[in-house]
Amino acid sequence: MSLAFPLAVSALLFSIGVFGVLARRNAVLLLVSVELMLNAANINLVAFDAWWADALHAGQVLTLFVITIAAAEIGIGLAIVLLVFRARGSSDLDDLGILDERADVPEPIEADIEAPAASEPHEARA
Amino acid sequence: MSYVGAGVALVIVLPFAAAVTGMAFGKQRLLAQRIAVTGTGLALVLAISVGVAVWGGDREISSWGTIPTGWVPIEIATRADPLSLTLAVMVAAVAFAVQVYSTSYLGRDPRYGSYAALVSLFTSAMLLVVLADDLIILLVGWEIMGICSALLIGHYWELPEARAAAVKAFIVTHLGDMGLLIGFFVLGDLAGSFQVSVIAATVEPSTTLTVGLVLVLCGVAGKSAQVPLHVWLPDAMAGPTPISALIHAATMVAAGVFLVARLYDAYLLAPVAMAVLAVMAAVTMVFAALSALAQDDLKRVLAWSTTSQLAYMLGGLAVGGYSAGLFHLISHAAFKALLFLAAGVIAYAIGTTLLSRMGGLRTEMRRTYWIMTIGLAALVGIPPLAGFFSKESVLSAAEEAALHGGPLPGWAAWLVLLAGLLTVLLTAAYAGRAWLLAFHGHPSEVPAHEPPPAMRLPLYGLSAATIVLGALAFWLPTALDRGVRPAGVQLHWVTTILSLILVAAGGYAAYTAWLREAQRDPAAQLGPARPVFADGMRVDAIYEATVVRPVYALARLVVAGDRYVIHPYVTGSGRVVRSLGRLPGAFQRGKVQQYVTAVLAAVVVLALVGVAVR
Repeated sequence: MSLAFPLAVSALLFSIGVFGVLARRNAVLLLVSVELMLNAANINLVAFDAWWADALHAGQVLTLFVITIAAAEIGIGLAIVLLVFRARGSSDLDDLGILDERADVPEPIEADIEAPAASEPHEARA
Repeated sequence: MSYVGAGVALVIVLPFAAAVTGMAFGKQRLLAQRIAVTGTGLALVLAISVGVAVWGGDREISSWGTIPTGWVPIEIATRADPLSLTLAVMVAAVAFAVQVYSTSYLGRDPRYGSYAALVSLFTSAMLLVVLADDLIILLVGWEIMGICSALLIGHYWELPEARAAAVKAFIVTHLGDMGLLIGFFVLGDLAGSFQVSVIAATVEPSTTLTVGLVLVLCGVAGKSAQVPLHVWLPDAMAGPTPISALIHAATMVAAGVFLVARLYDAYLLAPVAMAVLAVMAAVTMVFAALSALAQDDLKRVLAWSTTSQLAYMLGGLAVGGYSAGLFHLISHAAFKALLFLAAGVIAYAIGTTLLSRMGGLRTEMRRTYWIMTIGLAALVGIPPLAGFFSKESVLSAAEEAALHGGPLPGWAAWLVLLAGLLTVLLTAAYAGRAWLLAFHGHPSEVPAHEPPPAMRLPLYGLSAATIVLGALAFWLPTALDRGVRPAGVQLHWVTTILSLILVAAGGYAAYTAWLREAQRDPAAQLGPARPVFADGMRVDAIYEATVVRPVYALARLVVAGDRYVIHPYVTGSGRVVRSLGRLPGAFQRGKVQQYVTAVLAAVVVLALVGVAVR
């Protein structure tokens, strides 16, 4: 089997993962898409390891690392999503706009110039 | 440093020191009173002693330094001659009387400390004007007097009319001062020096000289309340009565007359300027006397009367009657200060100075009645009081110039003479009216009482001066003239008899009008003219329409320009910056997926660039 097939699969999976990250509204599904991207990278690593077949098997080792890190990261990610859901009542990404920079722009201060106090000159009579 | 030179400097500095310490200790009433009275009293004593030396023959111009200006230098110089010292003594005497009077009149006033200090500062400034040899130094004193006057008019600043009057006085006199300043520059340029002694010796008749002297007359008109810059004086009565006595009767307004006398050698060389002065004086004399006839407030009667009498002095100077004009200045200072202080006593006693509320005070305030009678008799010109001699000498000088020629065109001298005679009639009328309304007729509802000693003593002193100055009529003008000009007071029989007839006629007219009105206001006989006269011939209204309203309109235009033209530029620049700031904000919506999209786009671009560069 040539190297192209696993790479094509990996690329396909990665694209699907990227699409999911960018387009999903549900936070959990976004994390799933991130996992998909990580696993696509793993396939890539293993394929290249099989092709190079070096003594240290660096590809396979790195794959194990990535799996571990992905597991840890998804644990934390899910915990955050759970807390956000509890605090905000929804895990819909479109609703999480607190860091919206646009809302922080203050309105300009309008300083008004006073009208001349006595518009009619008054007479002084003893 | 001679005695005279040092004495003159000290006379100026003493009241100034009293002003500064008075300001510092203003809150301690007794100490402030003592400082004010002592400072002015010492200045008076010193002025008299230096005056004795100068009248005895000592003349001196002392210089305290030169200020180089790159053009004509300013010499800090004082001048001790009979004119300066006579006026210095007069100023110090009236100031002293007013300070003593004020300790009682303003005894319970919370701002007495600043008032007394300002009066001392004013005294110092007037003394500087009178004793200065250099025109710019004189101008310093002139302007300080102006600001003190405005501040003192506004003493009761809780009253809107006092605030308005203070601003009005300041603006109108300063309008005249613009002409004055340029006139001084012209004179300085002609003579190469601002010193009066040099100017008097160096100038020659020329158009430039005439122009310069006419410009100086602008300042004279402003300070001495002559038409058309007279409008501030009647309104200045909103200030305390002792101030009216000191500043607006005896001293500051006389500064204009003094300035003409000071520059007299130059004025003698410019008949056109003298003619201008004569016309101004003649118009003002009659105008003011007519206005005085219709006033309801006693103080305003006296204010218009002051304007009219100042015109007399200036008319006297214009026709060549140097000593006549100055004699009238001194006698007027005495009796007008007397009249104002007596009016203050009436105000103190019954709480108002409105003639319509007075009446029958002859029985309740006997002493004040006699004092005021003396003052009014001097004003009208009844012998043997000082006012008679001084007024007659002015009229005689006018007759002399009209019949035999003088330093001004003949027609101008005739104008002064006729205006002067008409004013004698009118003066008798308005003085008679005031006398009858205040002291005779139906008694007023308000109970009256005599004033405390601190207010009475200055009145006695000034009454004595009014009477005694009459006796000095033939010595004093000679003392003023000595060594300078042909002397004295000459009374011409024709004008004297004519004016006495006119006095009687004016008084009689007032009396019969009074009787006809059942002992109420004789001015009602004037009919529809009365409101016009009372309003100063509507000159104030004319100024408001032609000057005040356009200035306000211009001010509104400027504000609109600032608000609707410049302000939008300023706020607009802010808005533009903010909009520009909001642009990057479009990329920061807090949407994580948007950020990741941006990262992805950047990675793709970098990769493509990397491949392309390879």
